[in-house]
Amino acid sequence: MSSYSVTEPGKRTKWVAGTLVILYAIITLIPLAWIMLTGFKSPSDAISYPPKVIFEPTLEGYVNLFTTRTRQTPEFLAANPPETWYEEIVRDYDMVIAGPSKFGERFLNSVIIGFGSTFLSIVLGTLAAYAFSRFKIPFADDLLFFILSTRMMPPIAVAIPIFLMYRQLGLSDTHLGMILLYTAVNISLAVWLLKGFIDEIPLEYEEAALIDGYTRFQAFYKVVLPQAATGIASTAIFCLIFAWNEYAFAVLLTSGTAQTAPPFIPTIIGVGGLDWPAVAAGATIFLLPVMIFTILLRKHLLRGITFGAVRK
Amino acid sequence: MTDTPLTKAAKATPPGVARKIKGLSDRAIAWIFVGPTLFLLLAINIFPLIWTIRLSFTDFKANRNREVEWIGLRNYERILTDSDIWLNMQATAHFLFWTIFFQVLIGFTLAYLINKKFKGNDLWTTIIVLPMMLSPAVVGNFWKFLYQPQIGLFNYIVGFFTGKDPSSFEMLGSVQLAPWSIVIVDTWMWTPFVMLICLAGLRSIPDYIYEAAEVDRASKLRQFFTITIPMILPFLMLAVLFRGIENFKMFDLVVQLTGGGPGSTTELTSINLKREAFEKWRTGYASAYAIILFVTVFGLASIYVKALNNVKER
Repeated sequence: MSSYSVTEPGKRTKWVAGTLVILYAIITLIPLAWIMLTGFKSPSDAISYPPKVIFEPTLEGYVNLFTTRTRQTPEFLAANPPETWYEEIVRDYDMVIAGPSKFGERFLNSVIIGFGSTFLSIVLGTLAAYAFSRFKIPFADDLLFFILSTRMMPPIAVAIPIFLMYRQLGLSDTHLGMILLYTAVNISLAVWLLKGFIDEIPLEYEEAALIDGYTRFQAFYKVVLPQAATGIASTAIFCLIFAWNEYAFAVLLTSGTAQTAPPFIPTIIGVGGLDWPAVAAGATIFLLPVMIFTILLRKHLLRGITFGAVRK
Repeated sequence: MTDTPLTKAAKATPPGVARKIKGLSDRAIAWIFVGPTLFLLLAINIFPLIWTIRLSFTDFKANRNREVEWIGLRNYERILTDSDIWLNMQATAHFLFWTIFFQVLIGFTLAYLINKKFKGNDLWTTIIVLPMMLSPAVVGNFWKFLYQPQIGLFNYIVGFFTGKDPSSFEMLGSVQLAPWSIVIVDTWMWTPFVMLICLAGLRSIPDYIYEAAEVDRASKLRQFFTITIPMILPFLMLAVLFRGIENFKMFDLVVQLTGGGPGSTTELTSINLKREAFEKWRTGYASAYAIILFVTVFGLASIYVKALNNVKER
């Protein structure tokens, strides 16, 4: 038993607080759980009334998400028996699989653009943050504020000239264009967060390294970088999540080749209106990595969210 | 080549040291490190902003290839006297006010409860945080499914608890309910952000202040109003600032959820702006609109930050 403390809440208080928070957490989870369930429903189960909690699970939504299908005549279907389990699923609707859908491609675009822009933001952000943290830069405060203020602009406002600029430079609907754009948006956050982390590394380490004959560059990547690794990693996750989730620029500046998943998922159309199970399947595949990431890395993430805010 | 004292010294010193002398000065390194970032921001943020300002004085249409005319301040005049735009501003204000109100209320309460340090609080905190990590467009899209009048889970649950017929009301289709439907989703999604900032604030209050209050026999209620609230206020105000800026820019969630409808009841300024710029292609007009919005956010934010600093100094 620890000694009595006035700031340690009583047992009953803890119990009440815990119950209320858990209750809220469960309410928060319901929509997410529902969308994941819907992904495993058949289209008729998905739109049944009252909403079905217990149903026969099917992978139809997932098959529809990844394929395009065409309706065929009974003769054709009889002559070509289904060869795979996913062929079998679509046969229930007198259809055959015509080919892969665009979802795989769009998902891959999200991965390429997400990781590409995160990598670039981190490289540029770390260099800039180090310089702001360690060197005397004229007007450093103004520059830092300028870097931060670029985040206040509504994306649509910047999108007009970027749209025109990209059209001229041939960057519309390209991976490179989107990577550069997301880097530009993310870099302000990256510089601010990373500067905080690098500020915490004692200056003595580098000074010792410099005296030992290291150059500035060597001191930077042999001493500072390893020390800042955790900070760099959690900043990277923030940049990745932003790029992964972004919609406004993606919908305005991409239409095909470089389109990411967020503008694509809402457009998945089935026979006779929106194919909700397929949309739900797409949402699940797209959102699940972020959720798992968040739970696994909660310590660093939760610190990072408030870090930028509380630091100033 | 004559041997100067410097080259003599360079020859005499071991290669490692020589490299250091030849190495770049700190100042050069500083600019090499900061340069690319500044360049990128100038190219993709500042240059476009300047271009927008320029376009805002013209009648340019990005889908036409005709002579561009300078029309001075006419775009600005048209926007500020357009009553429809004031309706969009009102919709935005309604959205801003109520989302911030609920998020602060629920967010602070949750943070206060979590700070009671019950067992397993960090895991539950993480679960509550999940929505804010997700893609707003995808979230908006699946809430549209939850809001469906006949089949949606939301209507069913409301019906279950209130006895109303789930198909008797449409969250997204009705003029009265649609503005609230977007407030509900935004609150669900972003309350955790306010909660985390409040939590950081609560954890920053040192224990000894409460201990001192206890010695002075201050009641728990009094401690709450004279210690907790004033100490947390700067954090709360910061959370409000961040949410305010973000929700003023709100686009993806609402465009997926309601598309601005029904009519234009949920047409927030960003959605309206997108329509002018990329559907009606009134590029010059939309540019002026964008500048007005940017100046509004920037102006309001600056005034607010001043107020915030006053609170901090107290």
